[in-house]
Amino acid sequence: MTQTRNLIDENGRRTDGRTTDELREIKITVGVVKNADGSAFIEFGKNKIVAAVYGPREVHPKHMALPDRCVLRCRYHMSPFSTDTRKNPAPSRREIEISKVMREALEPALMLEDYPRAAIDVFVEVLQADGGSRCAGITAASIALADAGINMRDIVASCAAGKVDEKIVLDINDTEDKEGGADMPVAYMPHLEQVTLLQLDGILNHEQFNECVDKAIKGCEIVYEIQRQALMQKYFGNETELKEEQ
Amino acid sequence: MSSSKRSTIIVEHLRRQQMWDAISKGKRLDGRNLDDLRPLEIELDIIKKANGSAKVKLGNSEVIAGVKIETGEPFEGLENKGALILSAEVLPTASPYIEPGPPDEETIELARVVDRGIRESEMIDLDKLVLVPGKIVYTIFVDCSIINADGNLFDATSYAAVSALASSKVPIFEMQDDKVVHTGNNQDPPITTIPISITAIRIGEAVILDPTSEEEACMNARITITTNSNGDYTAIQKGSTGAFTIEQIKKAAETARIKGEEVRAKLKELTKDG
Repeated sequence: MTQTRNLIDENGRRTDGRTTDELREIKITVGVVKNADGSAFIEFGKNKIVAAVYGPREVHPKHMALPDRCVLRCRYHMSPFSTDTRKNPAPSRREIEISKVMREALEPALMLEDYPRAAIDVFVEVLQADGGSRCAGITAASIALADAGINMRDIVASCAAGKVDEKIVLDINDTEDKEGGADMPVAYMPHLEQVTLLQLDGILNHEQFNECVDKAIKGCEIVYEIQRQALMQKYFGNETELKEEQ
Repeated sequence: MSSSKRSTIIVEHLRRQQMWDAISKGKRLDGRNLDDLRPLEIELDIIKKANGSAKVKLGNSEVIAGVKIETGEPFEGLENKGALILSAEVLPTASPYIEPGPPDEETIELARVVDRGIRESEMIDLDKLVLVPGKIVYTIFVDCSIINADGNLFDATSYAAVSALASSKVPIFEMQDDKVVHTGNNQDPPITTIPISITAIRIGEAVILDPTSEEEACMNARITITTNSNGDYTAIQKGSTGAFTIEQIKKAAETARIKGEEVRAKLKELTKDG
């Protein structure tokens, strides 16, 4: 990748004014899709993503059912209007790959053995994309699964780190993704301390790699706290307000 | 839509138990140690009609890669770079469980991970493959066919693609009266580095390298790590439905550097004769 301009200024500020350790603003609303069993809407910087969960429900076609556990089905999709140039609505190879890694990132957190012969469907729709949409999608999907009351071992939080101007920075945005040196999306279960998604494109030396992993994990821990707050807000929101009034 | 499915290869309980027992003693069912790779064989230039080709055998996994070099329009946004297009197909010859048809998500992931390893390492200097800036560039097709599948297709396919590219001859094209003409001469491709991928899987708490398909059927999680000639990381993909701890990932990354260097030396030695 050829770099055309400085992405970090002399004060250590990035193109959107953040420091190297700062996440974009994250806002999660739980239960936005009324028909779904669980749902979440996430604004992750300029990303706007809705995630909806249906299930556990009957599997169609029936031969896909598994006798000992639940089938998890996952679709990551970008709306045609979500990008600068219109995106063909047909699923691209990129979206097929992301659907797969997203499913594999969520599956370790779910107790699928509790729902044999059933299916859980996770639909992630990117309405506006701004770099890091797979991380934002996983973060939202995980909350939607919790909202649907699926038995879970942990919440999956996701966040990317990367390299910009030879510096390791947290939460790569669209410009940094296209012009920067490396992008590493990570998904992490904070309580089990396990990594469920790790990808990298771009060049990192050994020290940068270790720093990048550590930074992304720290980011995931911050994201987790926001996820927890969003769930608390939906399920205990009024109660906390009541307590304060008393 | 991506869906969880049962493993196509069923490993019997007794066999699985044997595998776990062996791994707990630091051995594997085929006698290898946990971080041993299977024997690697590379045969070059087996397809004369291609501009470069390689057959790679990694244990019983067998992959043929062919390089075809043509000219065409550049990609949008990359007007002054040659185009690199990589595909992979698991042929119906590869195992009794493969059916002909459009690629499934695993094959798409395979092609994209191999492509990422080569593209992100900037193995080929695409800036040098421009004929008419902004209009006509060299287009390099790398097509990989998996002939026989016995695990670790990521590495086998990557070694085949890299060997075929490294040993290819680029036809020299010229513009004559606004037409692209082949001068009849060839040159070596602009190679900057040799990317090598190393795949590790976790079975229980053990991490083993270069898995067979039987081992893959028992895995919890998989990670493919590509390094370049400097020992820098250029691409990583975690796969499968389990997770890794941070320590396991950092250790796998270190191992990928060391083992990658061994494979790179071997690949360089084997491709030199071609």
